[in-house]
Amino acid sequence: MAHDHDHDGEEHGSELSEMQLRVRALETVLAEKGYVDPAALDAMIEAFETRIGPHIGARVVAKAWADPAFKQALIKDATQAVQTLGLNNRVGDHLIAVENTPTLHNMIVCTLCSCYPWEVLGLPPVWYKSAPYRSRAVNDPRGVLADFGVTLPADLQIRVWDSTAETRFIVLPMRPAGTAGWSEEKLAGLVTRDSMIGTGLPKDPKAIA
Amino acid sequence: MDGVHDMGGMHGFGKVEPEANEPVFHAAWEARCLALNRAMGVAGAWTIDEGRFGIEELPPAVYVARSYYGKWALRLENMVVERGFAGADEIAAGHALRPGKPLKRKFDLAAVARSLVRGSFGREAPAPARFKVGDRVRTKNVHPATHTRLPRYARGRVGVVEALRGCHVFPDTSATGAGENPQWLYTVRFDGRELWGETTDPTLQVSIEAFEPYLEAA
Repeated sequence: MAHDHDHDGEEHGSELSEMQLRVRALETVLAEKGYVDPAALDAMIEAFETRIGPHIGARVVAKAWADPAFKQALIKDATQAVQTLGLNNRVGDHLIAVENTPTLHNMIVCTLCSCYPWEVLGLPPVWYKSAPYRSRAVNDPRGVLADFGVTLPADLQIRVWDSTAETRFIVLPMRPAGTAGWSEEKLAGLVTRDSMIGTGLPKDPKAIA
Repeated sequence: MDGVHDMGGMHGFGKVEPEANEPVFHAAWEARCLALNRAMGVAGAWTIDEGRFGIEELPPAVYVARSYYGKWALRLENMVVERGFAGADEIAAGHALRPGKPLKRKFDLAAVARSLVRGSFGREAPAPARFKVGDRVRTKNVHPATHTRLPRYARGRVGVVEALRGCHVFPDTSATGAGENPQWLYTVRFDGRELWGETTDPTLQVSIEAFEPYLEAA
């Protein structure tokens, strides 16, 4: 986990040691004041590192692909529908699933901060929170897609959802052709995180068949 | 506020750079920083809107230069000091020098589950919704100096109400401690050309989640 790594345009070496010290000081002070229990912080971090991630969203998408009644319920009220999967973690209010079709491609962004459907996708990647993505997704989504190596037909409608409130969006990508009869588990293996944000597409079934 | 955080449509930030096999955290301090910020929110030190405003109030140069969790660390430091939960002298010393003032609850093991579900911001509606699906609306041309969730690129623009999302805590008042002041929330969809001009890709549509006070009939 803790590898030094340059990202987001920061001056890294100096920020790393400075931040290590500042955050450690904050934690010590807030724990000594009795506000936070460091063991509870450990438990929260452990959940985000091991339990809450895009595998949850992939399961949701695969079920929607395999089960038309679930898909209908998901589009109607994703919070309720995801609850029926019996996940360890409850999903907060107003999760909204938006469906890609042969004529429409959806993409999710938060231009103001970093709002993200983290209960089903885990914590957002650095690029999702970065200035390039937040600035360009709303006026140049095809350019953003090109940065991900994705080209869509020129006449396909592109719909960008700016997550400016406590409603959170997950993209329901199209089920790839050539997957008839696949189990939900096998289908879930095609669902990438980026395909649920709208900056990518599901994997090619031939690549994992 | 018309801050640098309101990035939609800005130029010059370059390409999006996805990282293959990105770890959840890039350093141990990032994980501690995320957990501390969320923990203080769950403990009742501030609301989600006050917390977001805390990030937006960082100086623009700091906002742009710092990493994501770097901003979170500065926000945490500023907010615990401003709100009297810890002194700058204590953070500098790396130890508490005085007892803490009371908080709603302690962030202990029993509170962890609560930190793993988003809060619920739906509220009883104080009045019927003013708009319905299909209505044409114009976003107001407003520039509050405090927190708002109406992005600059979508102010003074005509769009269509696509969905009603219920009545929610209003971030603009919640962020300044002026109360929850629940408001109807709508998905409002704009044609890309309405936002960015006639030369824009005609296949583009953009929606925002707009609180009723942001809107007027068009």
